Amino acid sequence: MLLKNQNTFAIEVNNLVKTYKGGIKALDGLTFNIRSGSIYGLLGPNGAGKSTTVKILTTLSKPDSGEANVLGIDVLSQPDKIRRIIGCVSQKSGVCYDSTGRENLILQGQLYGMGGKYLKERVDELINILKLEEAANRSTLTYSGGMLRKLDIAMGIIHNPQILFLDEPTTGLDPEARATLWEIILNLSKQEQVTILLTSHYLDEIDRLADRVAIIDQGKVIIEGSPRELKDKLAGDVIKIELLKNYSNSIFHVEDVLKKQEGVIEVKIKSKELQLQVSRGASILPNILQVLQSLSIEVASVEIIPPSLDVVYLKYTGKRIEA
Amino acid sequence: MESTSKNFFKDLSVMFGRSMRHIFRSMDTINTVCITPIAMMLLFVYVFGGAIETGTENYVNYLLPGILLMAIGSGIAYVAYRLFTDKQRGIFERFHSMPIARSTVLWGHVLTSLISNGISVVVIILVALLMGFRSSAGILEWLGVFGILGIFTLALTWIAVIAGLAANTPDGAGAFAYPIVFLPFISSAFVPTDTMPKVVRAFAENQPVTPIIEAIRNLLANQPVGNDIWVALAWCLTITVVAYLFAMRVYKKI
Ligand SMILES: Nc1ncnc2c1ncn2[C@@H]1O[C@H](COP(=O)(O)OP(=O)(O)OP(=O)(O)O)[C@@H](O)[C@H]1O
Ligand SMILES: [Mg+2]
Repeated sequence: MLLKNQNTFAIEVNNLVKTYKGGIKALDGLTFNIRSGSIYGLLGPNGAGKSTTVKILTTLSKPDSGEANVLGIDVLSQPDKIRRIIGCVSQKSGVCYDSTGRENLILQGQLYGMGGKYLKERVDELINILKLEEAANRSTLTYSGGMLRKLDIAMGIIHNPQILFLDEPTTGLDPEARATLWEIILNLSKQEQVTILLTSHYLDEIDRLADRVAIIDQGKVIIEGSPRELKDKLAGDVIKIELLKNYSNSIFHVEDVLKKQEGVIEVKIKSKELQLQVSRGASILPNILQVLQSLSIEVASVEIIPPSLDVVYLKYTGKRIEA
Repeated sequence: MESTSKNFFKDLSVMFGRSMRHIFRSMDTINTVCITPIAMMLLFVYVFGGAIETGTENYVNYLLPGILLMAIGSGIAYVAYRLFTDKQRGIFERFHSMPIARSTVLWGHVLTSLISNGISVVVIILVALLMGFRSSAGILEWLGVFGILGIFTLALTWIAVIAGLAANTPDGAGAFAYPIVFLPFISSAFVPTDTMPKVVRAFAENQPVTPIIEAIRNLLANQPVGNDIWVALAWCLTITVVAYLFAMRVYKKI
């Protein structure tokens, strides 16, 4: 067998087209690749085709045309092999009611062919990791949305899949529950090298978790790259500098000098606050500070604010994201 | 090949276990399934019974087969309902993204239907015994009775599977069972068919429920069953096969 290096693609999606009954074109030539061990975000408005993509990759739906493979295995011709290597958390929770969380996990494990002491230990471990101890032996009917989602994720990873699909894992959850899930997702990726395809409506989520992101709309990738790259394509960062005193006398002079520096796009001054629009905040900052020092302007604090994905999203889909 | 047969039985036992757990967790299903037929039995025996001429001295004996079929008819409505909720709640999707023998998702419910209806049948027979039901049937006859009821349950269960898979609302999933529950009324379940008007009688004598009831009644009375048992079996087997094939087709499409 050939050695697989870090740069191979774990998931390759090529030109998928999917038309639903009634002529709705959910996917219209969708193409993207996901590197092994990375988190890949699919971002797009309602109906963009995110869930359809996940369904095709998890063997739940078949495209009209196009190809997709996971770890080199063809999704269309070898669905059974795919099902062995993936874990799947769909947009809709698939938890059984009338059962406890623990029973759900055991059932899931048994269906993956696990059993005995090994399964019992794995279930305990997951209950622990997802902080479900208190709820584990209760009926899932009594679970909050966050608990259900945690249970969904636990069920999706019980068999230690190499590939994990998360379709809107944190939609509808409060910030605290989201933060917990983010931590768990990051851990899976960084510590267990799970390759994760994540769809989301939340830009901050994609920004925080995804190594790369594709913005899709009407079944096509509109733009693709790391969150950083996408934001760079817009207007770069904002450097916010709090000044110690009000330098109103010399202020016009400061503006002129700063504007001449390389990489500075725009300068705004409001009493004690300087706002610079720059191409790359981190690389430009030392020079800016030096300039200020040479002008004997004292700085109280500095902050680099990256541009938000919001703007990127709006620019490329023409739609505002509704959170 | 979707999967091996070894997988099939392993997955089936897991699915069956899940479904049985749901049944026993809420005994509602079995209670609800038993209560109406038992109430009917009480009503017919103690209220209408005196006015009905069946030619048998013991009306409970006459009534029991029809009551059992009604119980099964309402029992399978729950199969449809449970399948529908599984589909609705994304549980099917979860199972389908896993490496399991797919048809076990349905077979788990079907086996559970056989068991839970079997329990209902036994409960109703016990109540009937309290009400004076007596049988001279031997082991073979009883096996015959349970065999026919089993195949009848299987046939109706596969119809229920179709209803559950095809339904769009939980009420819709259960609705198909109403006509089945009422079929015994237009049969020899409560009164002999020769008291009925011509058209109704023609229907009553040629619908599947009548030969099933006659066969069970005769087995329980330790009487010769004649052709009825074969007609009953033919009906049940045909419905089972047709409903099964159709259910599998519907299942493939979801
Ligand atoms: N089973 C289906 N039958 C018919 N049309 C469907 C079906 N599933 C999805 N669609 C349509 O396909 C398009 C893409 O749907 P999809 O669920 O993939 O979008 P999504 O990006 O996941 O949206 P959301 O953010 O709302 O979850 C939509 O127009 C949707 O209405
Ligand atoms: Mg979706």
